[in-house]
Amino acid sequence: MSGLAVEASGLTRAFGEKRAVDALDLAVPAGTIFGFLGPNGCGKTTTMRLLTGLLRPSAGAARVLGHALPAEAEALKREIGYMTQTFSLYRDLTVAENLRFTADIHGMNAARRRRRIDDVLARFDLEDLTRQMAGSMSGGQRQRLALAAAVLHEPGLLFLDEPTSAVDPETRRDFWETLFDLSAAGVTIIVSTHFMDEAERCQQIAILDQGRKRADGAPDALMAGLPAQVVQVEGGDLRAAKRAMQGRPSVISVAQIGTRLRVLVDRSENDPVALVREAVTAGAEAHVVRPNLEDVFVVATRHAPGEDAAA
Amino acid sequence: MTALRRILAVLRKEIWQLRRDRLTFGMVVMIPLIQLLLFGFAINTNLRHIPAVLVDHSQSGLSRALVQMVEATQVVTFTERTVDVDEAERLIAGAKVRAAFIIPEDLYQRAVTSPATGFATPPSTDDVTARPVAQWIVDGSDTVVAGAIRSLRAMPLAELFRKPANRSVPTFEVAFYYNPEQRTVVNIVPGLVGIILTMTMIMFTSAAIVRETERGNTEMLITTPIRPIELMVGKIIPYMVIGFIQVGIILGLGKLVFNVPMQGTLADLFVVTLLFILASLSLGLVISTVAKSQLQAMQMTVFFLLPSILLSGFMFPYEGMPVAAQRIADVLPATHFMVAIRGVVLRDAGLAELSGHLWFLAGFAILGLIVAALRFRKRLD
Ligand SMILES: Nc1ncnc2c1ncn2[C@@H]1O[C@H](COP(=O)(O)OP(=O)(O)OP(=O)(O)O)[C@@H](O)[C@H]1O
Ligand SMILES: [Mg+2]
Repeated sequence: MSGLAVEASGLTRAFGEKRAVDALDLAVPAGTIFGFLGPNGCGKTTTMRLLTGLLRPSAGAARVLGHALPAEAEALKREIGYMTQTFSLYRDLTVAENLRFTADIHGMNAARRRRRIDDVLARFDLEDLTRQMAGSMSGGQRQRLALAAAVLHEPGLLFLDEPTSAVDPETRRDFWETLFDLSAAGVTIIVSTHFMDEAERCQQIAILDQGRKRADGAPDALMAGLPAQVVQVEGGDLRAAKRAMQGRPSVISVAQIGTRLRVLVDRSENDPVALVREAVTAGAEAHVVRPNLEDVFVVATRHAPGEDAAA
Repeated sequence: MTALRRILAVLRKEIWQLRRDRLTFGMVVMIPLIQLLLFGFAINTNLRHIPAVLVDHSQSGLSRALVQMVEATQVVTFTERTVDVDEAERLIAGAKVRAAFIIPEDLYQRAVTSPATGFATPPSTDDVTARPVAQWIVDGSDTVVAGAIRSLRAMPLAELFRKPANRSVPTFEVAFYYNPEQRTVVNIVPGLVGIILTMTMIMFTSAAIVRETERGNTEMLITTPIRPIELMVGKIIPYMVIGFIQVGIILGLGKLVFNVPMQGTLADLFVVTLLFILASLSLGLVISTVAKSQLQAMQMTVFFLLPSILLSGFMFPYEGMPVAAQRIADVLPATHFMVAIRGVVLRDAGLAELSGHLWFLAGFAILGLIVAALRFRKRLD
């Protein structure tokens, strides 16, 4: 094995005419936290299902933990944990019953089962909820249970499909703390999200849009290498300024964020601030700021018409 | 070892879920209980007391004696009386009665020349003086009703003139084995085991896999190392136990309430019902892998349930059905089970005598299980 947990080349999955995943090349180093960032319907779930062996690719090949897919999917299933986007444990079983079932399905013996269940109950703060029905738990509690079940058999590779979509920022931060712990213990984590802040926590991300990979790399590198300059406008008539700038050839996008305008200008433009100043009304101030991941996302996906920036 | 552990895991999970599903749990007991009482009391192919209208144009002592004799057979009860034949026909058309008994004015003349009264010397067929003494008009649309009244056609009337009944020796002696009193319920109760098991066993398991998919559990299940066959086996074991509980309820109550005998051994009964339960459960699993929703599963269950009720020999004797229907019946597990369970319960038939049917059930169960396991793909496409 080449130190890569996941390798894929030309991975494609079509549903009828539509290509949900289109010629995806991936290389996920073992031990990293790797994120798929993309809007609804961009193919995150389909990619996860391809990499877990639940769907067969229409074209291309993937190798996950050294197993060639789809041929060796069964062997792979022993070594991975998968937290599905929609809660897929049993709502009419309690927390304890769900964990017990998961442990048994993975063929754990009694000693290991008890040790692992106690361990995840403590780690995911579920000890007081063992007798609660999964269906009656809050979204955040349910997500902790789902993660607990996914890591119960100590998999070396973890797939998490939008694991924090239903939880508050506080819970999300705690959740990511546990992910960092797992990562520190050597687990490779592949996570999908449409939250920028979540993507920024990943060591590597791939930006997906309409089934295609638009950019990939470390978030910092992506932001540094952004082929655009970001000009921020404050004050004046923001809506008029926005109308004036939209449609200019070197302006990639204009988005209002609170009381500011964020303008992405092509890197080929020598003096982006001057360009912006031409358009804004009196009393407005414009200056260049550091790009963030959302800017990366907007630039990466700009060829897709009708798509606004995610999140 | 891990295979066993996984089977047990599925089994335990099914029990946990079942225990919380009070309604289903209640149905396990209520379905056999209610159906047994309903069918046991309601289905009766020995028709008695068919409502009829009496049209007596004779109005004589003789006609009144004739009416008494007819009523004494218990086949009909005269609930209406009229002197108008048209009125009688209207009553039949309106389903107030099923038959009309019309006694002509010249009853006496007809009676004395009738061979049924035993006065006349045995008539030759062209004896014009001998005519039927009275007439039945019957709603012939229901053949069972019609058949019951037809049985009155050659009723002896010797007693009409207080002559001793003709004690002639019957041409054939008929001995009714296994059900000497000819009670319908004796045949119904063991048959009902087959119907109720068909219904509940197929219904429970036909939903078993689709339900997991509908609730989103499948995506999790198929990412684990579980094998399809382990899942299938784990899912049917709890329902097997339920099946036996139902058999116990039906046969136990059948004995208590309807005095249906249990001639065979419990061991034979166990083998026969086990095979049938397995066959039904595996059919349910196959349905479950085909259906896309629980509603579809239910529809497919009914698709098998109706022929199982109508063609299996539960309602109508297998022998009386046209060959095409028999071929259809032959592939239904219920048909083979009907023969086998009635054999064990009523006739103390041994397993060897029933082996053909038992092999069919065993083969059906294994085939079903294999098909279900093969159809259940650990993939989403
Ligand atoms: N089984 C399927 N049959 C047909 N089309 C499908 C199927 N699964 C996914 N698709 C289509 O493929 C595209 C990608 O879907 P996918 O679920 O992978 O998106 P996603 O990135 O996970 O979106 P979300 O953020 O909403 O979860 C969508 O357009 C979807 O409609
Ligand atoms: Mg998704």
